[in-house]
Amino acid sequence: MTMNKTVPLIFERSAPGRRGYRLPDLDVPAVPVGDLIPQDFLREEPPALPEVSELEVVRHYTQLSRRNHGVDVGFYPLGSCTMKYNPRVHEDVTSLPGLAAIHPYQPEETVQGALELMYNLGQYLAVISGLSATTLQPAAGAHGELTGLMVIKAYHAKRNENHRREMIIPDSAHGTNPASCAMVGYKVVEVPSDERGGVDVAALKALVGPNTAGLMLTNPNTLGLFDENICEIADIVHDAGGLLYYDGANANAIMGIARPGDMGFDVVHFNLHKTFSTPHGGGGPGAGPIVVSQELAPFLPGPVVEKQGDRYRFVTPEHSIGRVRSFYGNFLVYARAYAYIRSHGPEGLKQVSETAVLHANYMMQRLKDVYHLPYDRTCMHEFVLSGVWQKEHGVRTLDIAKRLSDYGFHAPTVYFPMVVEEAIMIEPTETEPKSTLDQFIDVMKRIAEEAQEDPELLTTAPHRTPVKRLDEARAARHPVLRWEKP
Amino acid sequence: MRYLPLTQEEKAEMLQILGVDEVEELFDDIPEGIRLREELDLPGALSEAELVRHFAELAGQNKNLKEVVSFLGAGSYDHLVPALIKHIVGRGEFLTAYTPYQPEITQGVLQSIFEYQTLICELTGMEASNASMYDGASALAEAALMACAATRRELVVLPSTLHPEWRNVVRLYLESQDVSIVDLPYDQASGIVNPQALEGIPWPDAACVVVQQPNFFGLLENVAPFRDVVKKHGGLLVMAVDPISLSLLKSPGELGADIVVGDGQSLGNAMGFGGPSLGFFATSGSKLIRRMPGRVVGETVDSEGTRGYVLTLQTREQHIRREKATSNICSNQALNALTAAVYLSVMGKEGFRDVGYQSLQKAHYLQEQLLSMEGLSAPFSAPFFREFVLKAAVDWEDINLRLMEQGFVGGLPLARFGLPELVLFSVTEARTKEEMDHFVDLLRGLIA
Repeated sequence: MTMNKTVPLIFERSAPGRRGYRLPDLDVPAVPVGDLIPQDFLREEPPALPEVSELEVVRHYTQLSRRNHGVDVGFYPLGSCTMKYNPRVHEDVTSLPGLAAIHPYQPEETVQGALELMYNLGQYLAVISGLSATTLQPAAGAHGELTGLMVIKAYHAKRNENHRREMIIPDSAHGTNPASCAMVGYKVVEVPSDERGGVDVAALKALVGPNTAGLMLTNPNTLGLFDENICEIADIVHDAGGLLYYDGANANAIMGIARPGDMGFDVVHFNLHKTFSTPHGGGGPGAGPIVVSQELAPFLPGPVVEKQGDRYRFVTPEHSIGRVRSFYGNFLVYARAYAYIRSHGPEGLKQVSETAVLHANYMMQRLKDVYHLPYDRTCMHEFVLSGVWQKEHGVRTLDIAKRLSDYGFHAPTVYFPMVVEEAIMIEPTETEPKSTLDQFIDVMKRIAEEAQEDPELLTTAPHRTPVKRLDEARAARHPVLRWEKP
Repeated sequence: MRYLPLTQEEKAEMLQILGVDEVEELFDDIPEGIRLREELDLPGALSEAELVRHFAELAGQNKNLKEVVSFLGAGSYDHLVPALIKHIVGRGEFLTAYTPYQPEITQGVLQSIFEYQTLICELTGMEASNASMYDGASALAEAALMACAATRRELVVLPSTLHPEWRNVVRLYLESQDVSIVDLPYDQASGIVNPQALEGIPWPDAACVVVQQPNFFGLLENVAPFRDVVKKHGGLLVMAVDPISLSLLKSPGELGADIVVGDGQSLGNAMGFGGPSLGFFATSGSKLIRRMPGRVVGETVDSEGTRGYVLTLQTREQHIRREKATSNICSNQALNALTAAVYLSVMGKEGFRDVGYQSLQKAHYLQEQLLSMEGLSAPFSAPFFREFVLKAAVDWEDINLRLMEQGFVGGLPLARFGLPELVLFSVTEARTKEEMDHFVDLLRGLIA
C-alpha cells in the first residue's frame, strides 16, 4: 500500500452544500431568531466550517492516523514519558454510560459509584506514595506541580512565613518545575548535580535558609538514577523549614519498592498517563493528582470526597486554596488509572516497577559500549546516553533520533536532561517484549556504525517517512498557524 | 501479570548479562531504611472479566443521562454526539501517541491540531489558536495572566456573572502572582453587567476586563461598553465564550476581543462527570500570539519542499525557557481537541448552525412553557441563548430528587452558589418536545 506525501486538509475537501450530519427536524414551533436574540448580537454568516460527508471525515482521519506513531504502532522509548501499553478494556469500562454520561452537578445521591471510585483511587494513591490525602483535580503533571506549590505556599502563609519564596530545584529537573515556580511567584534557586548525578549535598546545605520554601525533586531523577542521599537531603530541607515536593514523572520505578512519603516528601504528584497507563492521546488528556501529608491536607483544592458510613460526599478542606480547574478533574482519565491499579494489585504493581528497571538496565548494559554513558551505575526505569562519540563524525543526537524513524522506532527523549551533552534518554517500560528491546539495541548499534561509515545518511534522515526532515526554523520565523482560504 | 511479556528464561538471560542474581539487587541504591519491605495495602489483582464486572457495578450505582432526561448545564452539556467520533478518536494511532516531538512520524496528530487551530479561529474570529488547555476555567486564568504580562499591569476586572467555579480558578491563579481583582456587580433586573457598573473602576491600571458570553445565567452581555472602556485605557478585552453559541452569535474577533477562551466539552466530548474536556485559547496580533501559553502547531515544508506540520514558537515554552516560559503547561487535552475537530468537521457549516439554532428554539420553548406555570417567574430580562434562570420559593434540591424518580433531572439549583430560589435550566438540541412537555407536567404537579 502506498502513502501519499501529503493528506489534503479537511477544508480542502469541502464542497458547498455537502453535509456530514443531520439533526432530527425541529419539533417545537420555530420562532424567528431575531425575535429571540436582538439582531445586533447575531453573526451574518455561520462560521466557515468544512462541508464534507461522513465518509470523507472518516477517510480523512483514517489517513491522518496512518501517518502517526503510537504505542500501538511500535516501540516508543521516550524517556520520562513512560509510553507503556494502554489496556483496551479501560477504554470499554470508562465509556459505560454510568461513568461517561453523568453530569458533574447531578445530586450526590445519584453518583455514588463515581464518588466511590474517586474516594478509593485517592486512598490507593496515598498507599502507593506513603502520604495521606489526595486531590484528583489537577489535569496533568505540570498542573499537579502548580497545585502542590500553591498548597506549600498556603501552608507557609498560614504559619506567617510568607517570606519563604525560594524553591530549590536541581539543574537536571524537568522544565515544568521552574515554570511552575514562576506561576506561584517563587524564585528558582538551582542546585547543581554531583559527580554521581545526584543532588550536590554540600551545595544544597549552602543554599537553604530562612527564605527556603522547599525543594522539588524527581527521584529517580531525570538521569534515571536513584538519589541515595535522599534522607539526608530531606533532613537538610526540613531543618531549614522547607517542604519537599516529589515530581512523580518517574514513579514507574518505585511502585511497591519505595515510597516518597517514607523518603521524606510532603507533596507528590503522579502522572497517571505515565505510571498508571492512561493513554497519552497525542499530548493529553493526562491527570496529575497530588497526594500530601496530613499536615498539608487542609489546604488541598476542593471538593474532595469523604466517606461517611457507607455514603460518599463532597467536602471542601478547611483551609482549601480553592480550585485549579472546574468540576473534579479529568474523571474519565483517572478512572482508567483506577482500573489499572485494580487490575494489577500490590504484587502486580511491584512487578511492573521491577520489570521496568530490569529492562532499562539490560538495554543500558548492551548499549554502553557503543554510546557514551556519562553516569555508569545501576539505573532505574530509564537511562541517559550521550551522542558525543557520534558527534566526532559530524552526527548529532538529533540525526540519530531521525534515523530511528527509518527503522520504525520512535526516538528516545533527546537533549534532555540538559546536564548531559547530546543527551539520549531511553525508557523502555515493562510492557515491551524482550525481542523488541533486542531489535532496538541492534538498530542503535547499526546507527552507530552508519555514523562512522556514512554520516550523511543520518544527517539527511529520515528517508522512509511520509515527509522528510521538516524545517522547524522556517515554521518559527514565518508562523503559519492556520489554514487560509486561497 | 497479563500486561508483562517477560518470560522466566528471558529474565534469567537479562540478569546474567547484568551479572546480578536477583532483580532485587538493581535497587541497591535505595537506602535500606526507606525500602518498602511489606506489600502495598491494596486490593488484589482482578482479571479482565472481574474488572468489567466491578466497573459495571460502580457505573450501575450512578444515574446516567442516557436513562434520565436532564436539564443540567452550567458548563457541561448534553449535546448530540455523532457516532463516528468514538471510532476515529479511539484509533490507537491517535490514542496511544504522545506530544508530537518527532514531526516526521507524527504528521497525523500535527495536521489534526493544525486543523483544530483553524476551526477555533473560524469560530472565534481570531488569528491564532493554541493546541488546547486543560479546561475553560484554567484557560481563562491563563488568559488573564497573559493580559497582565502583555500590559505589564496587575489588575484584572471580573464580572460577577462569571461561572462561580471559573471565578474561583481565576482568583487562585491571579492571587498566586499577586494580581488584584476588581468585581463588576450585575444588574439585578437584567442579570447582566450594566454600563454604570463600569464607572469608578481604575481602568488605567487594568490589564484586562473579562466578559463571559453567554454569562453564567445564560444571558447575553453587551460587550461593546466593556470593550470601549478597557481599550480606551490600553487594557485588553478577554472573552470567555460558549463555542456552541458561536454558531449564531457575532464572533469575539468581530467584537474586538484580544484573547478568547472557552470550554470545548460541548463539541462532541462526553460529559464524563466534568472531565476530560478541553480549554480553547485564541488570540490575534503577533505580539500576543508570541505570548500564548501551550503548544502551537505551524505549517512548514520538508527538505524536498513538501508541506508538513511541526510544533512551533517553542521558545515560549517551559522545556526551553524554564522559569521564563509563558506558562508551565506541558500535557494538554489533545485527544479532546481532536474530538472537537472531528465534531466540527462532521457537523459542518450547516449542521453546526442547526445545533445552535435548535438549542435556542428549544430553550425558549421550555422557558415559555415553564413560565405559564403558577409560582415560577423569570428574574432576569436580558436575552438568553440556551440556558435560563427561573425563580420560585421551593426546595429545588428536593424537587430534583423527586423528579429523578420519574426519570428526569431538573435544572441546577443555584442555592449552592448562594442564590436561593433560583434554578438554571439548560436545553440542547438533544431534548425533544415530548420530553419537555412531560417534564413541565411533572414539575407542575410537584410545585403545586
